[in-house]
This record gives sequence, structure tokens and C-alpha cells, in this order.
Amino acid sequence: MTHINEIGTYCLVLAFCLSLTQAGVVIAGKGRGIARYAEGISLAGAVSIFIAFAVLIFAFIRSDFSVVNVAEHSHTDKPLLYKISGAWGSHEGSMLLWCTILLVYGAMITLRGQGLPEGLRLKALGVQGLLGAAFVGFTLFSSNPLARLAEAPLQGQSLNPALQDPALAFHPPMLYLGYVGMSVVFSFAVAALIEGRLDRAWARWVRPWALLAWSFLTIGITLGAFWAYYELGWGGWWAWDPVENASFMPWLAATALLHSAIVMEKRDSLKAWTVFLGLLAFTFSMMGAFLVRSGLLTSVHSFAVDPQRGILLAAILLLTAGGGFALFALRAPSLAPGGLFAAVSRETTLVLNNLLISAALCSVFLGTLYPILMQALFDKTMSVGAPYYLAVFGPIMIVALLLVPVSTLMSWKRADLKGVVQRLAAAFAVAVLAAAVGSLFYKGPTFLSEAEYLIGLIVGFWLIFGTARTLMQALNFRLNAAVKALRRLSGVPLATWGMIFAHIGLGVFVLGAVVEGHQRLSVMQGMSLGDSVKLGQYELRFQSLYQTPGANYDAQGGVFEVKDGLGRIICQPKPQRRFYPASNQVQSKVALCFTPLDDLYVVMAEPQTGVDGVMSWQVRFFYNPWVRLIFFGPLLMALGGVLSLCDRRLRLGIVRKGRKLAVKT
Amino acid sequence: MIWFLLIFPLHAFSATPQDEARGRQLFTEVRCVQCQSESIADSDAQIAGDMRREIRADIAAGKTNAQIRKELFAHYGDYVLFRPRFSMGNLLLWLLPPLIAIIGGAILWASRRKPEKSGDYALSADEEKKLRDILKKHD
Repeated sequence: MTHINEIGTYCLVLAFCLSLTQAGVVIAGKGRGIARYAEGISLAGAVSIFIAFAVLIFAFIRSDFSVVNVAEHSHTDKPLLYKISGAWGSHEGSMLLWCTILLVYGAMITLRGQGLPEGLRLKALGVQGLLGAAFVGFTLFSSNPLARLAEAPLQGQSLNPALQDPALAFHPPMLYLGYVGMSVVFSFAVAALIEGRLDRAWARWVRPWALLAWSFLTIGITLGAFWAYYELGWGGWWAWDPVENASFMPWLAATALLHSAIVMEKRDSLKAWTVFLGLLAFTFSMMGAFLVRSGLLTSVHSFAVDPQRGILLAAILLLTAGGGFALFALRAPSLAPGGLFAAVSRETTLVLNNLLISAALCSVFLGTLYPILMQALFDKTMSVGAPYYLAVFGPIMIVALLLVPVSTLMSWKRADLKGVVQRLAAAFAVAVLAAAVGSLFYKGPTFLSEAEYLIGLIVGFWLIFGTARTLMQALNFRLNAAVKALRRLSGVPLATWGMIFAHIGLGVFVLGAVVEGHQRLSVMQGMSLGDSVKLGQYELRFQSLYQTPGANYDAQGGVFEVKDGLGRIICQPKPQRRFYPASNQVQSKVALCFTPLDDLYVVMAEPQTGVDGVMSWQVRFFYNPWVRLIFFGPLLMALGGVLSLCDRRLRLGIVRKGRKLAVKT
Repeated sequence: MIWFLLIFPLHAFSATPQDEARGRQLFTEVRCVQCQSESIADSDAQIAGDMRREIRADIAAGKTNAQIRKELFAHYGDYVLFRPRFSMGNLLLWLLPPLIAIIGGAILWASRRKPEKSGDYALSADEEKKLRDILKKHD
């Protein structure tokens, strides 16, 4: 038992050597002969790093404080879930998680990629091996999570209480499954550029991987936003914080990639662009990892940082991305242009989608890096925050989102614009009507904010109704034959369902973000027992105090009562102040009232004793209308991604003959 | 005189709902200079409260948003503004994203295929003959 940690470190060394060998045999074997060993090596590498990771988790479960990382981030009193999630709660541990996922994806190329041409598969494995060697080497030599202490302390320093939360326990694994999933796309892109062959088949192989990574990334970002919303106690869910942007940029690149890959798969067009996006998506993933760890950004989300590690990560980023893009520059001009299309066609709308997403991505990129560059080059401090993104990112995205239903109703190659407009007119009218009715309930401070609200609602409803219209088209729906059309529901391909869920989810999210963003009410007030405060139609009364012991904390809480405009009691929120003796920290715990769409959100700060000796607490009380939609929408989108992935034609790697197909033919 | 003293503070701090809403919108644009990327609307730090009070007083005194932003900038520098100024140094930040969209759109427009050309899908007499031959072979 005592040497189990050394077995872990040994496995980490082994994984590093195996990754190097995996790349080595492909380079030396030039696609034949010994190159085939890369497949077995990728499996062995995944197994060994998995063991190393399991050893780390085991060390956390056992509270083995002879391991530095465990001593610094765990405590015997922590609940089991947070002991386990502590394994990726630090820089070192999360790097090991990253590497584990990277090598497991590498093994999946071997396992699921047997239907791919051998040359492409082996070259992709070679690139994956290089990436593995870089990241496992970095983890091993600069941030080994299994490093030991000469003398083990009796007790650990515990994990930051803000991170002891179910949403945050699963946030990093989901996010990394997304980030690192893009590495497969990157490897396939580089492999195809080396092979010099890019065709529709390539897009068909790569799209499922991009879909998988995109779905994980969507869930990961949503979990992060939800955590920020109810754990940090500031009432918001997205601050355009640089670390949030770092996860949003690969998501935008992946979203563009998913759409351009459709064009490449269906029409053999946009090849160079699609490959470029494939390289870009993983580059942004790596950049996110670099920015969070380099110390260039300070944020509530970022880890304790070390500039030296930052330089190493920057070197990895520059070498891999630089290599990929240099190869692209060399090979892209020789790619044969693909299928032609008319100005009015689905291809054109998808090109526009990509153009607009790129422009939006550029605004997030500039907004994130501008302050850093200004500081580094001119020693000037500046800030870029929500108002900038609303002004620049917002309008670009509005145009992109308005195009969505138009695009899905267009046909390939040449579309009939007049027909599309006719089909969508009713949906648009309904969307505008719904938005206009919704706007009646909003009185903004300026004309501009009222206009924003109306446009936002139109976009949200338009996405939902326009997408519903697309579904009707797919069903060939006629009012007088409605039942017949509904019977065709089961015939709609899963990939189409995926598109419908993703686009409706986007609409649901937009509605939530617009309504919450404009209609949110909040009040902050020092309250003593018996005090009450009004917010809109609601009244919050501070009734009593209670104390309760938790798993590894002591909680003091307030019992509140919320009455609505008619004087009915609608809920009893009980926000808490949790004291964690292990780290001597206090964490405020938000209380939410559960209504179907809206949140009533109560959080209390530390008590103060006034001059008259009466204790009072700073209480913040929010009314966040429709906020649930903000988290529900992205889940629908991720579900759409998964549905698409389940489509027979889009399985990872291989095109198998499904049973259904066999029956029909 | 006494009447004036009594009424004055009340007048200075009783904001109309419009003023209050305007203030709240401004708060989201102002960084809490001692917090980590939080606006003074979101932060419950002492200084954020002081800055909110100042801005409310400025609004009540009849200052415009532009004036208030200018004063904040004079006092705290660029760091306090979450909406960066539209200055020479920030041109790229503000203009590059929309330019990408506009120039990209223009390139697309310029390189679009003329519908009459692409619409000519009819086969030539030669191709018709070839097609018929192929179809015959498969029959």
C-alpha cells in the first residue's frame, strides 16, 4: 500500500514514454510497417495514464497526506464526493485529468476508427502521440500531482469551500472532455494535411468527434455558469470574465466547425476553411488552459498559478498550433476547390453563419486579450466587460441567429428564396407578435433598452417558431392531414431532431437571457430579525435564525418568508453562512425558491453589530425572471448534439450497416 | 431657511424610478476597482457601495451618463470602465469584429455566382447522347 503512489508516478512515466513511442513509430514507419504498432501503444498509453489517475483519486479517498497535492487540497472531514473532485480541483490534478482524457481519446481513435483509411488513422495517432507526449511530459516534469512529501502532515489544508459543490465537481471533467475532444479533430486535420487528401469522407469522420466534444463543452460551460450563479452569490450567471471567455472561444470555433463540416460532407465545399476551424478549435482549447494557468488572468475561476508553468504551456501552445497552421499554410493552396453553389442556397447561409461566428469569436478574443496586451506592451491597465460584448458581440450574433431558420429551410446548391420567405412568413409574424406582447410587460430606463428587449424576444421566439416550421417541412405537414403528418414523426432522422433540439434550445436560452438580463430586480439591505424588505411585488421577511452542523462545516442560517403581491406566502428560503474550520473560511450559501421559470434568490453576508447592539445581516434579494431557461436551453442544445451523434450515419469513426437499413433494403 | 435644510437632503436623494433604473444600468458599466472583475452592481464590497452612492448623487444632480463616465475616467483611469473608451488605442478592439463581418460579406457578395450561369444545368446534345448510351448499357 505504501508504494501505490510510486506505481502511479511510474505509470505516468510509462504513459509519457508510450506517447513518445507512439509518435516515433508513425514518423519512423512512414505510414507502414512498424507504424501499425501505434495502435497498440495508444491502448497501452491510455491504460497506464488511467492507472495513474486512479491512483491519484485513491490517494484523495484515503486522505494520503504524504502526497503534496492531497495535503494541499484535501481534508479527512470532507464528504467523499469532494474528496474525489479534489483530485481535479488543483492545477496538477486537473492537468492529469486533461492528459487522461487526451490519451483515452487517442485509444478511441484506435478502437472506433477501424473503418478509416489506415494511413489517415495512423497519422492521426502519431499527432495524438505528439500531443500526449507534450502534455504528459509537462505534467510529469513540472506539475506531478503524485509528488511526495518527506514528512506527511497529520491533516490536509482542505479544498476551497467555493469548490465544494456538486455542479463544480462535474464541471471540470465535462469541460475537459470538450476541450480535449477537439484534439482528435486537430489530429485528423493535421493527418489529412500531411496526406494531402481532403474529401467529403474526411468531414464525415471528423464531424462526430466535433459533435461529441461540442456537446461536452456545452454541458461543461453550462455547469460552470450555474455554479457561478448559485455558489458565488452575486445573482448573475455570466460576467464575460476572461476565464469564462476562455471556455467560450473554443465553443464558438467548434460551433462554426460543426456547420462548415456539414457543407464539406454534403457538398465537398469549404474544405480548407473546415480544416482551419478544426485546427482553431483545439488551439483555443489549449489557449484556455494556458490563460487560466499562466497567471495572466486573475479570476474567481482560476487556479493558483506559477509563471514558469505558464511559459512551458505557452511553448506547447505555440509549437502545436504553430506547426498545425504552418502545415495548413503550406498545403491549403493545393486543396482542390469543391462543389459550386448559387448565391441563394443553404451553402451560402452556412458560409454566412461561419463568417458571423468568426466575427463574434474575434470580439471575444480581442476583449479577452486586449487588457493583457495593453498591460504587457504599454503598461496600461484597462477593462473590457459586459457593455463591450453587448455592443459588439450582440449585434453580430443577432444577425447570425436571425439567419438560422432561413438556413434550415433552404435547399442545397440552389434555393428558392421566395418560397422560403413565404414558408417562414407566418412563423416570423407569430414571433414578432409574441415579442410585442412580451414587451408590453417591460418598462425600460431608456428607449434603447426597450428596443434591445423587443429585438431579443423576437430573436428568441423566431428561433423557436422558425425551427418548428422546419420540423413541419420535414414532416410535410398540412393542416388537413395533420394526423398523417404526425405519423411521420418517427421517420424524421435523428440528425434532424438533433438540429431541431439544438436550435430550439438556443432560442430558449436567448429568451431566458433577454428576460433575465432586462427584468432582473435586486435589493441589498442590512436586515435584523423581524425586518422586511420589498422587491417588486414580493416582500421578504427575516423571521428567525437557526444553526445546523454540516458534513465538514457549521452552518448558521436565516429563515425568511416571501410573500407575493396578494399576501400569500410562496416560500421560505433558508440561506446559510457556512464556516469551514479546516480552511478557516466562510462560504455563503444561496437559497432559491423554486418556481417553474423564475428564481427568488436570497443570500446573506456576515453579521454586523450596530451601535445599539442589534445584530444585522447584509441581505441581497434577487428576482430573476425566466432564469431557468438560461440553463435549460443549453441542456437542450447538448441533447441535440447527442441525438445527432446517435444517428446511424454519424457514428464515431465507422459507417456500419444498421439493422434498420438491412430490413428496408 | 430651516424648511430649506429639511427639504434639501430629501430632494437630493429621492430618485425617480427612471433615475434609479439609469443608475442601475450605469453600475454594470463600472468596475469595482478593488474586486476581481466585478461591476459595482454585483459587488457588495464597501467601495462599490460608496461608488454607487456617488453615481446616484451625480444622477440626482442632473449629470448625463457621458459626464459621469468622464469623471470616473478622470478619477480612476481606463481600469474603471467596463465599456472601453473609443480611443485610438482601442480602435482595433471596437472595429475589427464588425469589419470582419462587413468585409467578409462584401467578398462573398463580389464572388457570388451569377444565377443565370449556374442555372444552366441543361445537358448539351453530346452529353445527352452519352447519357443515353450509359443508361442503355445498364438496362
